Amino acid sequence: MRHDGKPGPGRLLVVDDNKVNRLLLARGLQEQGHTITFAENGREALEVMRRQAFDLVLLDILMPELDGYQVLEQLTTDPDLRDIPVIVVSAMDELDSVVKCIEMGAEDYLSKPLNPVLLKARIGACLEKKWLRDQQRELIRKFATSEVADELLSTGFSLGGKFVEASAMFSDIRSFTTIAELQSPEDTIELLNTYYTLMFDAISGQAGVVNQMVGDGLMAIFGAPVPNPDHAENAVRAALEMVELVDLFNQQQAAENKVQIQIGVGIASGRVIAGYTGTQQRATYTCVGDTVNLAARLESHTKVAGQPILVDENTHSHLSEAIKVEDLGPMQIKGKKEAVRVFAIPIRHLNPEA
Amino acid sequence: MPDPVIDRATLDTLASTTDKEFVGELIDTFLEDAPSLLDSLMTTLAAQDAEGFRRAAHSLKSNGASLGAMSFSASAKELEMIGKAGDLSGAEAMVESLRAEFEQVTQALKDYKHEA
Repeated sequence: MRHDGKPGPGRLLVVDDNKVNRLLLARGLQEQGHTITFAENGREALEVMRRQAFDLVLLDILMPELDGYQVLEQLTTDPDLRDIPVIVVSAMDELDSVVKCIEMGAEDYLSKPLNPVLLKARIGACLEKKWLRDQQRELIRKFATSEVADELLSTGFSLGGKFVEASAMFSDIRSFTTIAELQSPEDTIELLNTYYTLMFDAISGQAGVVNQMVGDGLMAIFGAPVPNPDHAENAVRAALEMVELVDLFNQQQAAENKVQIQIGVGIASGRVIAGYTGTQQRATYTCVGDTVNLAARLESHTKVAGQPILVDENTHSHLSEAIKVEDLGPMQIKGKKEAVRVFAIPIRHLNPEA
Repeated sequence: MPDPVIDRATLDTLASTTDKEFVGELIDTFLEDAPSLLDSLMTTLAAQDAEGFRRAAHSLKSNGASLGAMSFSASAKELEMIGKAGDLSGAEAMVESLRAEFEQVTQALKDYKHEA
């Protein structure tokens, strides 16, 4: 094991129909400690790649059976193989072919006759990139929601944003500062963890994604990154479940003579800008835009309205008849110049804190 | 003065980044493989298989360049271009001429090995 956190020798596949070239490549690579496997044409290469794992492929272009282009084409359409970096090895006079290969997804190229120093540098750089990508992939799997991880891994790590139709939800605990002052820090953290566990269950159960947690508040999105035509209905159902779960939690807290909590949830639907914000090193999936702002405003308005769940007109218009709604009419919302028509989702067996 | 059959500097550089034994092994591999590639030029020519012709010429070009046989490599490249263009007519004389060049290359590479 290496201890400097860097990639060690790699498992390399050398694909070339020409024995002299295979010998030349193998010589330089084995000296660096890499494990080399050979394939004599594109078909053999794909076969062996489907049987065993490689960190890097060195690919000749002109070959019998399947040529380098055909190999690249098959690799890019295979989800299991498309992330294995490929270095194209080609003669100096074939620069146009190299360009074509890079466009088809090859990571880099080496020109023949091979220069051992350049070979070593390119392979080192490629293995390092592959290693970093593998690390990143593992981190994403650990820390992102599965929807976000799948999207990240299938689209590549792009920070670009896009417009999506979605429902944004904000939720927080009423008077949390006061609650925190009433009990020990340990109890507060335990309370928050239980609260988050319940909220996550309710949200992911309705195909929502929690993308921000700050203190006692959270933001969730429905309809992104995976499009969902029922995002508004799902968001409201999640909110109802959240309030019900908090109700159950409160009964348990009461039985243990512990502090009880109330939550407020705001939901707005419409076009949002969704994407990864941050840097290539650290990014979160988030949504911004008027819809998101309105959801946050509605959440803080739950205190004024004395209702645990408030939604905007757009969310309301997408709801099925199964969900009971109370039209509160136009309300003056903080931060909005014009009055906003607000709807409350009434809760059974619960008296919201005024 | 005609171009030398092989460029010794290429072989010396190769030997200095690897070792003489390895260069000897490469030379042997080339001398073993090249005759069948030259034969394949003839058979693909007879079959008007331009793609196969191109590949055989490409390998000879590439191997020749790796071992410093620059003139041989350049001739093979001309054949590769003919194969790529797709019209093999009139290539027979050039293939014969490449064969003759290969005899010279073989001798020069063997000499180099013995000197080493």
